[in-house]
Amino acid sequence: MALLDRHIGFVEALRGAGLTVSLAEDIDAAQALMHIDFDDRETVRATYAATLCKRDTHRPGFDALFDLWFPALIGDGRLGTLNTEDAELYDIATKEGDRELLVDDGPESLTEFREQLGEALEADDRQRIGELAIFGVGTFGSLPGQGPGRSTWSAYTAMKRVRPEDFAFRIMQALEASGIGEEEARATATRRIASFTGLAEADALRRIAQEKGVEQVGSQVVPPTIDKLDFLSMRRTDIEEMRRQIYPLARRLATRLTQEHHAKRRGPLDFRRTVRASISTGGVPLTTHHKPKRPHKTELVVLCDVSGSVANFASFTLLLVFALREQFGKVRAFTFVDDIVEVTDSFVPGGDLVDIMTELVAQSAHAAQFGRTNYGRAFKRFQEKYSDALGPKSSLLILGDARSNYADLQMDVLRDLVGKSKKQWWLNPEVRRNWDTGDSVASRYADLVPMAECRNLTQLSEFVHDIL
Amino acid sequence: MTTSTAPTWFSSPAEAARRLDAVGYLTDTPTATTAYLAGALEKPLLLEGPAGVGKTELAKAVARATGAELIRLQCYEGLDEARALYEWNYKKQLLRIQATNADQDWEQTHDDIFTDEFLLTRPLLTAIRRSEPTVLLIDEVDKTDVEVEGLLLEILSDFQVTIPELGTVEAVRRPFVILTSNASRELSEAVKRRCLYLHIAYPEAARETEIVRSHVPEISDRLAGQLVAMIGRLRELELKKAPSIAESVDWARTLVALQIGKLDDAAVTRTLGVVLKHHSDHERAIRELKLAR
Repeated sequence: MALLDRHIGFVEALRGAGLTVSLAEDIDAAQALMHIDFDDRETVRATYAATLCKRDTHRPGFDALFDLWFPALIGDGRLGTLNTEDAELYDIATKEGDRELLVDDGPESLTEFREQLGEALEADDRQRIGELAIFGVGTFGSLPGQGPGRSTWSAYTAMKRVRPEDFAFRIMQALEASGIGEEEARATATRRIASFTGLAEADALRRIAQEKGVEQVGSQVVPPTIDKLDFLSMRRTDIEEMRRQIYPLARRLATRLTQEHHAKRRGPLDFRRTVRASISTGGVPLTTHHKPKRPHKTELVVLCDVSGSVANFASFTLLLVFALREQFGKVRAFTFVDDIVEVTDSFVPGGDLVDIMTELVAQSAHAAQFGRTNYGRAFKRFQEKYSDALGPKSSLLILGDARSNYADLQMDVLRDLVGKSKKQWWLNPEVRRNWDTGDSVASRYADLVPMAECRNLTQLSEFVHDIL
Repeated sequence: MTTSTAPTWFSSPAEAARRLDAVGYLTDTPTATTAYLAGALEKPLLLEGPAGVGKTELAKAVARATGAELIRLQCYEGLDEARALYEWNYKKQLLRIQATNADQDWEQTHDDIFTDEFLLTRPLLTAIRRSEPTVLLIDEVDKTDVEVEGLLLEILSDFQVTIPELGTVEAVRRPFVILTSNASRELSEAVKRRCLYLHIAYPEAARETEIVRSHVPEISDRLAGQLVAMIGRLRELELKKAPSIAESVDWARTLVALQIGKLDDAAVTRTLGVVLKHHSDHERAIRELKLAR
């Protein structure tokens, strides 16, 4: 493939993955390439990143695609396979006496390979780990069987046979011997093994891409960015990453809100300051000064469904609302499944994020009596227990998927709550097309409370921005 | 459109790395490459990243390394054209009008008061009117209002400013423009399109150790290594404010000043205030790292 084709293909792939690459940036990138040498891959990567990837959240996707389109090595490269015949490459592969490595793939070679890997991981020899990852996938990760030339590769298979996690203890021991504490040793060991697994996965992908064409693989490898990730389909690692994002997000949102409020602020003319300022221009009032306007603040009451299916969504929304506490006059939060409890106290000002989450989970356990979501019952219990929470100044925010297990909806109670409050919103983490399917009663509740779809951080922050 | 002579910036990524290193800014491949490209393509460079990773420092280093003068526009909320670009010196103009003879006609007075003499150039205009090499730093561009971005567009793409009374002022020599942002607000596509982009993250342990050692030469290798490892672990915790490079350096200075030669648990607990600036972060670090109080 000629360089230009590859360039165009890469740009197309980036666009396909959701990066906005304009024609101007495309040309910039091509121009920039003329200014650098191609011999260093990292320089090429940096050049493309500087010209095409202008959001940090896009970077993981960009890197994945770059690795596919501009692979570090092609085919089996220098140590991917067993029958490397080129003597020079063979020597590189076998550095110090590990010739046995290159014999047939049998139990001994696996033992040998693991021995090598253990040493490399222990010494944190990055280069060697990288080589071993490539070799490991080439040797233990091939999935033959669909005829010659149609083999495919799996990092999963390779890792299952190599079992790098076994080395954790060994690495820990070595680290502890050099005077590092247990906790830190464990963390370091996990990180090293994860980096090896990551390298192996990348290499398997590279091999597949080479066989089946980058275009086909490219569309599958790019994960959605964290702010577009669906609340209802998050994995554990995503949740951790999202937790990291929530405070910065709240801060950004708060900054933006303050800016926008200030921009609209111009209050009535401050006569005294204007006249004083005019003295320096000979009595001509060139600049006018204004009195600041006091923004009014909403009191917010949040009712939050914390049943298993929507728990993630609920906790992130609650966290965001509380991180934005200064923007509201007062916030009270309640969680429910079929009973309802107040969790406002969990949100200590300046409190620790992880503690809050733990506390929240503990508190929410009281919200279930029978363990099945029952919106009607929860609303009724709210009316009985906390009727003082809602007043003419407060706004009501309900979070949940409106799936009520076919229970009594208690429309009258909700109508009453709506009547008592100033404004109402309902955030539903489900895709709109799934509303009213099964036991969802979304549109019936939506008749009383305006309901909005809220599936990811972007939609959530847009919503919070709009209500303030 | 450019009337500049041969660029005074860098000749290759490697050279950029070397020259920046020489003035005390340790780079990695992406930083060196992007800095080189910004000079070679004469395009503005947008730097993003967490607070305290050396974004502003890079601009200063480029200025030092190339012998250019640094002109800085610190952005803030409420920054307007008059503060960023140019302003007419009204007071002087009023004086001039008052001092005019009664027999001079208006046309001439008008021509008199809208001349260079009464023009107060602010950072942006100053930067493009200079004929010597200039590094223009537009710091914390995310702090401004959206309207200011519009103002920047003309400068960033064509390096020219239109002043109604004087006409269009074109850059005599294109400055090396660096914009920094903490991403507290998403910048418009239009601005991003015109800029090269570099996200600076926390450095790798080895590079950070070097940075600490270059700022605090008295510190021992071993202590610097321990300190950077500890900082790395702190950054992995879910803290409200993760320690920045500046804080690592501060910490190194503190340890040297207190003559602490080994970073054991007691030493960490004693000096944690240098790196963590929230009470809840302290509590968290002590608990997670199992430090003795």
